[in-house]
Amino acid sequence: MVKVIIDDIEVEVEPGTTILNAARKIGGDVVPPAMCYYSKLQGSGGKCRTCLVEVAAGSTADPRPMPKLVASCSTPVMDGMIVKNKTSERVYDNRAAVTEFLLINHPLDCPICDQAGECHLQDLGFEHGKEGTRYEEKRRTFDPIDIGDKIKLHMNRCILCYRCVYVANQLTDKRVHGIMHRGDHAEISTYIEQAIDNDFSGNVIDVCPVGALTDKTFRFKSRVWFLKPMEASCECTKCAGKAVVWMFGDEIYRVTGRKDKYGEIEDIDGKTAWICNECRFDKKDKSQWNIEGPRVINRHSVIAQNQYLVDERLESKKLTGK
Amino acid sequence: MGRKLLLEHIDVPGIESFEVYRKNGGYRSVEKALKTMSPQNVVEEVQASGLRGRGGAGFPTGMKWSFLAKPEGVPRYLLCNADESEPGTFKDRYLMEKIPHLLVEGMIVSSYALGCNQSYIYIRGEYMWVLEIVEKAIAEAYANGFLGKNILGSGYDLDLAIAPGGGAYICGEETALIESLEGKRGNPRIKPPFPAVKGLWGCPTVVNNVESIAAVVPIVNDGGAEYAKIGIGKSTGTKLISACGNLVKPGVYEIELGMTVEEFIYSDEWCGGIANGKKIKACVPGGSSVPILPANLITKTAEGVDRLMSYEGLAEGGFATGSMLGSGGFIVFDEDQCIVRNTWNFARFYAHESCGQCSPCREGTGWMEKVLRRLENGQGHMHDIDLLAEINKKIEGNTICPLGDAAAWPVAAAIRHFREEFEWHVTHPDEAVKRNFGIASNHMPLV
Repeated sequence: MVKVIIDDIEVEVEPGTTILNAARKIGGDVVPPAMCYYSKLQGSGGKCRTCLVEVAAGSTADPRPMPKLVASCSTPVMDGMIVKNKTSERVYDNRAAVTEFLLINHPLDCPICDQAGECHLQDLGFEHGKEGTRYEEKRRTFDPIDIGDKIKLHMNRCILCYRCVYVANQLTDKRVHGIMHRGDHAEISTYIEQAIDNDFSGNVIDVCPVGALTDKTFRFKSRVWFLKPMEASCECTKCAGKAVVWMFGDEIYRVTGRKDKYGEIEDIDGKTAWICNECRFDKKDKSQWNIEGPRVINRHSVIAQNQYLVDERLESKKLTGK
Repeated sequence: MGRKLLLEHIDVPGIESFEVYRKNGGYRSVEKALKTMSPQNVVEEVQASGLRGRGGAGFPTGMKWSFLAKPEGVPRYLLCNADESEPGTFKDRYLMEKIPHLLVEGMIVSSYALGCNQSYIYIRGEYMWVLEIVEKAIAEAYANGFLGKNILGSGYDLDLAIAPGGGAYICGEETALIESLEGKRGNPRIKPPFPAVKGLWGCPTVVNNVESIAAVVPIVNDGGAEYAKIGIGKSTGTKLISACGNLVKPGVYEIELGMTVEEFIYSDEWCGGIANGKKIKACVPGGSSVPILPANLITKTAEGVDRLMSYEGLAEGGFATGSMLGSGGFIVFDEDQCIVRNTWNFARFYAHESCGQCSPCREGTGWMEKVLRRLENGQGHMHDIDLLAEINKKIEGNTICPLGDAAAWPVAAAIRHFREEFEWHVTHPDEAVKRNFGIASNHMPLV
């Protein structure tokens, strides 16, 4: 085990652990934001640069600081490493710059975007963004396109995190979409006249950190904070059949994978619980699911609005007055 | 007359053929290395020579070789980076075109030193005619027993192949080159792991520039110590410089590192001075990615000392008053040239060539290009100049690979040294638009 200090908090982790995952072991606001890293997707990370942190001491053996900020999602920790995230002004400054870069072409269409309320860029913008923009040029625009009968691509909102490309590479048996062009004219697209129709293609929606890839069976039906997320399971031959069903009354509005607090699909029984397209798009009848109970949502999340789970510790404090 | 190690026989008629090259002492280093030296001996000679990578970064080649992991049962690869694409840099093309066997010879000796049995030359896609020349040289080397099985009866086997690139500047970055060679999109990899540990197909790999590999030939022939006697300080040996711009005699020159910049520009032996009797205004001494120098800092440092053509000499003063030797693309501007237009032109190149993987480079280079385009076309504001300076600060050091830095440095230096010219474009928009310096500004629509 190696010892690392992140924002003055010491943590012990396995050798080879990245700074980001060491920070996740501590939890809270010590954890750098990550738009492109996704622990369940091999090779992801290092691209968005939102997780850059300052390494004030490389290791006990070589305590020299690293001259540049490093990507915490791809830099392994060393014994005695000292990392600054929220305690570094340089990190905040650069994160604000990355936020500005990401928002150059991303429309602030949160009032109509289906990702509103669970958008990582929205959170990043809230914490690190500025009230105005310095970008005077014309923004790039695309028409929304169908990339499959159930998936809509809004390229305007895409921040090129590559997560969906990794899903296509690693989860589906034939890849028909990827990145075209380069530089600021790069775009996600399907190959000519192709559509994503693999059984697990719907997972590109779950990994998208913004609203670029949306579920056509759910688009514009409701804001997520009006829905009731319930853990549910079903008998499925293609996937584990464990999902979250988002309900309004007795009606299922959408089905997603079960995500952890970092917005990543959870591991269930040692396997990442990706869900198949049939569970996601076709099972919208309550009778098709075994509803297990309400999904616990972070109370700071907008999704938790008006959905109170009684915190027993708080209640006892209120009662005792301590 | 400067000593020449790489271009010594460049003017010999037919030197591109095996017979003529061999008659002029070609492939001696292969004979010497394979018959009398161990691979470790060759590495030691390269270390003793002090040779620094000629691709631009100037990292010591011998040290880079020493990092190569040597796990048992795993192949190692040597890749020659012939993806020369930086504006102003064309010296590798000249070397491969004129004397291709020097590169092939260098590849054999270097591969032997590194224990590689399969090596590749990754050539820029636009250099198709050069590819054919090098391909012919490789075929001749095979036919004469210098490549293939049991070279010269030494028991050493080497296969050498050419991989043509798709024409992307980013493929000159070593990990993007490896990705491209593997048949994937040429995007840089996140480091670590470094190629010396996990490179081509997950195996230990060394990537060296054409000129660096060619320089191994005289190092093995004459010894590393002899090579180290040439040059100055940590800048040993000779360097190919591709000189262009408003010079009387632009071209590719081999110089001994340590000569003065003044002699290089003004001596008749080299560039012959500034064309048409004009005055020099600025110089980019190491390819378009390095900071531009104004007239007063080209031949003298800020302290008034003669500036030298060496890694240290051109970097004297740091980024405030110095620049870099880089890849040796020496671009000179006379007094009539517009720095804003030139900066925009460079920025256009980097915005176009950014791979688009990381946000600061993808968005930042594009943003800078658009602001510079506005400034050049008389639509800029005074605050745009500071905005540019700030954007490039946010790109520098925050990207996956050095392309972000390469895009940021020229803009930062141009503003630092020629701010008044940027301001003139804001205060004189009509005059700025009327001028025509040959760049078709209508190629990209103004937005």
